[in-house]
Amino acid sequence: MPVLFELQDACFEYDGIPALRGLSLEIAQGERVALLGANGSGKSTLLRILDALHFASKGSVSFDGQRLTPELFQRDDYALAFRRRVALVFQNPDVQLFNPTVFDEVAFGPLQLQWPKETILSKVAEAMELMGVTHLRDRPPYRLSGGEKKRVALASVLVLDPDVLLLDEPTATLDPRSQSQVVDLIQEWKGSSKTVITATHQLEIVEDIADRVFVLEEGRVAATGIPPEILPNYELLLRANLVHAHRHSHGSVIHSHPHLHSHSKHEH
Amino acid sequence: MKRGFLESTFVGFARVVTRAMISEETARRRGLLQALDPRVRVVGLFSLVLAVTLSRKISVVVALLTVAVAIAILSRVSLFVLVKRVWLVVLGFTAVIAVPAIFVTPGDPVATFGFLTITEQGLRTAAMLILRVETAVTFTTLLILCTPWTHVLKALRAFRLPKEAIAMLAMTHRYVFLLVETASQMLESRRSRTVGILKPAAQRRMAARTAGVLLSKSIELSNEVYLAMQSRGFRGDIQILSDFRLDAWDYLGLTAFLLAGGLAVWMGR
Repeated sequence: MPVLFELQDACFEYDGIPALRGLSLEIAQGERVALLGANGSGKSTLLRILDALHFASKGSVSFDGQRLTPELFQRDDYALAFRRRVALVFQNPDVQLFNPTVFDEVAFGPLQLQWPKETILSKVAEAMELMGVTHLRDRPPYRLSGGEKKRVALASVLVLDPDVLLLDEPTATLDPRSQSQVVDLIQEWKGSSKTVITATHQLEIVEDIADRVFVLEEGRVAATGIPPEILPNYELLLRANLVHAHRHSHGSVIHSHPHLHSHSKHEH
Repeated sequence: MKRGFLESTFVGFARVVTRAMISEETARRRGLLQALDPRVRVVGLFSLVLAVTLSRKISVVVALLTVAVAIAILSRVSLFVLVKRVWLVVLGFTAVIAVPAIFVTPGDPVATFGFLTITEQGLRTAAMLILRVETAVTFTTLLILCTPWTHVLKALRAFRLPKEAIAMLAMTHRYVFLLVETASQMLESRRSRTVGILKPAAQRRMAARTAGVLLSKSIELSNEVYLAMQSRGFRGDIQILSDFRLDAWDYLGLTAFLLAGGLAVWMGR
């Protein structure tokens, strides 16, 4: 598969505080990738860089062979074509839900891309149905529960049917049933041409949502590999603050073991 | 722990804002205004507000107030809500301006209290002012209560109001709740960590800090929201889906509103 995103020594900082420190990676078209890392490791910043909301202050970021720069995004034709292909679901749904009703929210993207009215109506209905939010159609997003907000945020992006989906903690704040719904959705895209890049620190879903994992640590790639290689690497995960020692007692015996929350088991 | 003056004021403000802006419940009822196209509601009710401001006769303004009450009843708006949330509040504010007019307007004396004289013209001026404001605010409140905010915005858009102004109104409406909620949580969190009663000076300092943090948060939030809008293709030009359609009932309603407004202006000249 051709390389879709290519980052070379990409750096980015917020008001002098470095968020990415020379990050390099390649992601191919159709890949399902998980970005693992503790809070502050640069996952969200990386997603914003990939979505061309921020631009690298040093190094380079390319999409489909084209280097992403602020100047390029001054051009309406390129910007709209890019937005049509790449979509980001933000970690905080309140940021993403700025329209007065759920319907308006889901229709926002297609309207900006100036789709025909009939297409907008049918695609919005499909996306709301897919995420189970049709009954919330006329409700204002600020009156929804956390899980409902997240599902509306997902619907508002899925309606665009983008080639690349950037998901920032998509299962955070969701109840277990909605979590598994999102995981199922990502699993369905396996083998399709859709590229799915998910930032998470929930190790238990990684095997289901990703074919390849990047572990981020202080704005750099600390390791990369397939989930069966990365997830059992306790030293790596401990260093990246993704696991901790779990202490508990069995009768009078107190002991500790790695706390992974994954499909792996431990022996007593 | 007892709430301080500033906190009580904020909690009251939050309640009023939330109540004033959430009108979906009334808007969902089946009634006269709810059955009309939002654009007809906007034009019709604003034409009546215009008639109120142009009328010079008390009898005509009273007639328009009666029309407002009739519309409220037919639109299934609670009169209790109107009295409590509109009439009494407006009376309180307007009286501050109207009461001095009773004494300072020159004219025929009606009664004298020491050096203060109430004149007939003063009473008329005060009554006219209060009635005008009450009636105009009642019509505006009916529009807000019977129309979801989104429809008001779309209707305004249909009248070629600048897209930027509409977008600002929509965003303000959306994020005022989020900021009110954030501020409430900040105050609750502070209360949970405060032991004893703070001195007024300490309370003021705390309130100033809270306001500062809230301002920073709102700036951060607006930046994030802008990024989220950009991410979905926003290029500075808001696109709105308008699916309003006028039917015979809407044309009838619009004619009735315009006739009533025109008649009121003619009779009240």
